[in-house]
Amino acid sequence: MTHLDDRTEPHSPLPEGASAQVATTDEIRIRTPEKVCGMGHPMKRKEDPRFIQGKGRYVDDVKLPGMLYMDIVRSPYAHAKIKKIDASAALAMDGVLAVITGEDLKAAGDLHWMPTLMSDTQMVLPIEKVAYYAQEICAVVATERYIAADAIEKVVVDYEPLEAVVDPHLALEDKVIVRDDKEKKTNHIWHWEAGDKAATDRVFAEAAHVIEQTMHIPRIHVSSIETCGMVANYSKVTEQMQIYMTSQAPHAHRTVFALVSGLPEQKIQIISPDIGGGFGGKVPVYPGYVCCAVASLVTGKPVKWIEDRSENLQADSFARDYHITAEMAADANGKITGLRVKTLADCGAADAAANPSKFPAGLYSICTGSYDMKAAHIAVDGVYTNKPPGGVAYRCSFRVTEAVHMIERMTDIMAHDLGEDPADFRLKNFIRPDQFPYKSPTGWEYDSGNYKAALDEAMKLIDYRALREEQAAKRERGELMGIGISSFTEVVGAGPSRDFDILGIKMFDSAEIRIHPTGKAIARFGTKSQGQGHETTYAQIVAEELGLPAADVQVEEGDTDTAPYGLGTYASRSTPTAGAAGAMAARKIKAKAKKIAAHLLEVGEEDLEWNVDKFQVKGSPDQAKTIQEIAFAAYTNHPQGMEAGLEATDYYDPPNLTFPFGSYICVVDIDSGTGEVHVRRFVAVDDCGNIINPLIVEGQIHGGLTQGLAPALFEEIVYDENGQNLTGTLADYLVPTAVESPKWETGRTITPSPHHPLGAKGVGESPTVGAPPAIVNAVVDAMWHLGVRHVEIPMTPQRIWAQLREHGVTD
Amino acid sequence: MSRHTIKLTVNGEAVEKEVESRLLLVHFVREVLDLTGTHIGCDTTSCGACTVLLDGRAVKSCTVFAAQADGRSVETIEALAADGTLHPLQEGFWEKHGLQCGYCTPGMILSAKHLLEKNPDPTEEEIRWGISGNLCRCTGYNKIVEAIRYAADKQRESTEEVSA
Amino acid sequence: MIPGSFDYHAPTSLDDALALLTEHGGDAKILAGGHSLIPAMRFRLAVPEVLVDIGRIPDLEYIREEDGHLAVGGMTREVALEDSDLVNAKYPLLADTARVIADPLVRNLATVGGNLAHADPANDHPATMLAYGASVVARGPNGSRTIAIDDFFVDLFESALESNEILTEIRIPTPPAHGGGAYLKMERKVGDYAVSAVAVQLVLDGGTVSSARIGLTNVNPVPMRAKNAEAELVGKAATDDVLEAAGRAAAGECDPSGDLRGSAEYKRDVTRILTKRAIRKAVERAKGGN
Repeated sequence: MTHLDDRTEPHSPLPEGASAQVATTDEIRIRTPEKVCGMGHPMKRKEDPRFIQGKGRYVDDVKLPGMLYMDIVRSPYAHAKIKKIDASAALAMDGVLAVITGEDLKAAGDLHWMPTLMSDTQMVLPIEKVAYYAQEICAVVATERYIAADAIEKVVVDYEPLEAVVDPHLALEDKVIVRDDKEKKTNHIWHWEAGDKAATDRVFAEAAHVIEQTMHIPRIHVSSIETCGMVANYSKVTEQMQIYMTSQAPHAHRTVFALVSGLPEQKIQIISPDIGGGFGGKVPVYPGYVCCAVASLVTGKPVKWIEDRSENLQADSFARDYHITAEMAADANGKITGLRVKTLADCGAADAAANPSKFPAGLYSICTGSYDMKAAHIAVDGVYTNKPPGGVAYRCSFRVTEAVHMIERMTDIMAHDLGEDPADFRLKNFIRPDQFPYKSPTGWEYDSGNYKAALDEAMKLIDYRALREEQAAKRERGELMGIGISSFTEVVGAGPSRDFDILGIKMFDSAEIRIHPTGKAIARFGTKSQGQGHETTYAQIVAEELGLPAADVQVEEGDTDTAPYGLGTYASRSTPTAGAAGAMAARKIKAKAKKIAAHLLEVGEEDLEWNVDKFQVKGSPDQAKTIQEIAFAAYTNHPQGMEAGLEATDYYDPPNLTFPFGSYICVVDIDSGTGEVHVRRFVAVDDCGNIINPLIVEGQIHGGLTQGLAPALFEEIVYDENGQNLTGTLADYLVPTAVESPKWETGRTITPSPHHPLGAKGVGESPTVGAPPAIVNAVVDAMWHLGVRHVEIPMTPQRIWAQLREHGVTD
Repeated sequence: MSRHTIKLTVNGEAVEKEVESRLLLVHFVREVLDLTGTHIGCDTTSCGACTVLLDGRAVKSCTVFAAQADGRSVETIEALAADGTLHPLQEGFWEKHGLQCGYCTPGMILSAKHLLEKNPDPTEEEIRWGISGNLCRCTGYNKIVEAIRYAADKQRESTEEVSA
Repeated sequence: MIPGSFDYHAPTSLDDALALLTEHGGDAKILAGGHSLIPAMRFRLAVPEVLVDIGRIPDLEYIREEDGHLAVGGMTREVALEDSDLVNAKYPLLADTARVIADPLVRNLATVGGNLAHADPANDHPATMLAYGASVVARGPNGSRTIAIDDFFVDLFESALESNEILTEIRIPTPPAHGGGAYLKMERKVGDYAVSAVAVQLVLDGGTVSSARIGLTNVNPVPMRAKNAEAELVGKAATDDVLEAAGRAAAGECDPSGDLRGSAEYKRDVTRILTKRAIRKAVERAKGGN
């Protein structure tokens, strides 16, 4: 066996030149020439030529011969008994082939229910009752999209409306039971605690200052511009099911489909083509997918289902909906000593969060944030309500957004209460660089960080002290200007398999690299880009490790027949896991390449050293073999006894999560008449460890910032008291345009992850996590002198107006 | 339900098709002509993913019936680099990382094309207002603005070269 | 979201269009820019049996001054107002309005006539035309008639147009010297309907407001003039106290309903504030400012 495996080393070797100490520098390390374009190069994206020419291929672009179309009848009630479904008029229409109901799915092998990622169950199609507004009732299959749309209008459903419970606090009273399919007739799902309660209570008993604040992190929706959809193509002859699907996790979905449907896994191929934005919304398995696959199974023809926007907003996975009561304790010196948090998690009609951890509230217990404190305790209760299921899908690593919002708000309130500048208060309370790796009071081990450096940088970029002077002058004139800070700690890269799995499948990720004889390569990964630029970033990782020009590395993802098994892209996990796997696979190839080079140069391996893209003889750099020469030799002139070829696969199980961080500073002006908030400036300093492609990283940060702005000021999924969704279109659900979105200003520090092979951390979600509290803190800061302590998000003009009027300000 | 034979120019080529009266222009382009670069993102004329140029003006093709386009000219993203050379806007979006998932990109580029035809030297503010009918969920817009500025500069340079 | 089926007609003359409308009565809808109608059809909130597309009738798109007024053809696209030097120079209230309707893509197709004829209190032109004291020309089977804008809005989504009439022109009186106008709209984001919006057109005589008309958007079931606010303003200098009184009057006489854009109380207060600010801006413009 000559297939090389360097797992004899611990699975976290540092790249050459990386330092195990936490060293912060804002300089990006570039070790390869532009021709190679390894890490640090702002390489133009390899995927872009097809997108800018309209040649991307998204699910709705897939057109197969004889393809049918499916549309879905949805419930106009949030809670109702189904007395009868009469599809006869629809079935009588020309072009309508089938109507699939819950009874049909039951008869097909109990497919009317499916498991969720949180060990709960969820209806695919209902038989007895519906539990949320816009829930799928039945699916209509027709020869044309327009006929299917006509046909759903003809299905007559006889409902007996039931009282709906929308507020999770009321749900706890158990007067209306959402899930009467369960043995226990209660809406309470689970209770979960983290931290040390007794120690926390002691800290609070001894505290000089204690503050308390309730806050609601409302329901929001990712609303990627492409909705969800599928083309299922089952052949009754070959018994193969080929599926094109808007999937962030095609392998996991294949396994789920196999387990649920009973089809053999090797007969299922899931292809996740180009994806028009995911942000977590394309992780869950929705009933529509199951119906579409069943429709193809039943008809033996390809069937397409594409959600419209209202279906997407009304029935797909949401995010947040945490009702939080937090207390913070500080000593007489203004040092934070403890945090005590109670939270009600509104899960909707099923516990179906795409949260593949063993923690019901995900990573919420990261909530002590960037601050060193003695003790913390959190308690979370999950509750059913008559709303769609979901829970984490909005560019967020499993509840860290809620955690960061809470701790950054509490920190700000404490600073203001103590009369301290919020920046100085943070600097005083930060975990110090010498405390890393840092063990948090709730049990997390932070890998690396330098929080002071990031905040210092942000303060410098925005000229913080001058802004405070401007604010004081404006306040004299009655003008409302606020400055808000958020110094967040993220936790991404799920994850260590001890803590993270999907239905038991551990959250590793994978890469397979093959070097062709001409020195070009194909690299396949278990993740799936939805815009993150994997085709470029991963190519640069391979280029960094092997010296092959990134342009020569073709990256593929998303086809379960060809890519190695992986868990997909979400929770900023691609670089921490699959990116690491790419580096490790490349190192295996490099180890074999070294043997081949030694053979070709007729020296011992120990006489060779690596230089960008070649092995050279130490002290005699003219004697060298480039990676391309070695690749050719691997197929034409490899040593006796060695397998031909040059390829490797790696399944990377990270030793820990990565902990990116940053400091954001936001400046707002408030219209004291209308209550409108204008974000005048926003400086974001991010630290995501070593940077692979600074252009892509900056793009990720900009995009995440707008998705942080959105819930802070605009977006919320709103229900009326009957559970009707009032924000079911993009006319009502307020996705920001280029006008609302400010011109973002960015900066960086670099603190490598000590355990990631490339020293990198994830980045995609940091800004979504970090931005909202910076904006809220700025708004509250503008009004603190009036007596305003807190504003709930989204901070609509009316909410600000109400606070202003309550505190005597008008225009 | 009436059916109509419509004749129009799509990306410079004459097209004649029979369509149902209710067929939306976006479905005509995507499904009848297989020009799938034009996308669909909403039902409320909100997102602009379906933007095409109709007689040179950027419009949301989800809010136009194909029959209304009879006798007119339609330009989709597929026309921009038909001769194999990227349009300055396409180049700008690539150079400046003005796209991520790519789904809003064709509409964004066509909106920008119309904008630059009307205003070859727009300020950042004018660009932001000019693309405010197109939603992007990935980029936070900064780099889209840069991409359009890049194209404006490039187009003005080439105009100056021609006139010089 | 797919519209229901319908018969489509694209007449090339007004007479043919009117004949079709007469023939189909209430089953027919006029398709102008389509930017209110087609979304409603996609949600099947509107399911007309017949659509009469008036987009192929010549000579309905124009902006020109004649006989002391600005004549705007019914099919004139919003973008034409935005781009018109004439409108920008002499009709700033109209220019203000055109720029904040929906978004630029919508404005490339949406029409001024459609915006008015839909009689939607959330649309922007009704308030502006009320402030201008405009009139609307309607062509029916028996010829044309002119409808004063004050008589045009009958009820929610109901105008004075008969089902077989087509709005062919809007006439806006040319403001006199020392006239000034402004439209201020508060919207949650670009493309949204107004939380509230206020259109003001006034004339200054020395330091005094000699005449004023004020229209309000989306704070009443029917597009409305704020006549009490006008009364607070006319004959007075636009002092802070007068502005406040006018603002309060407008807030008091409108009848908003609470929704996601805000409570009725909030919308009234925003109306008060916008009324003051719009008057202030109109006065500045009347004095020759921008």
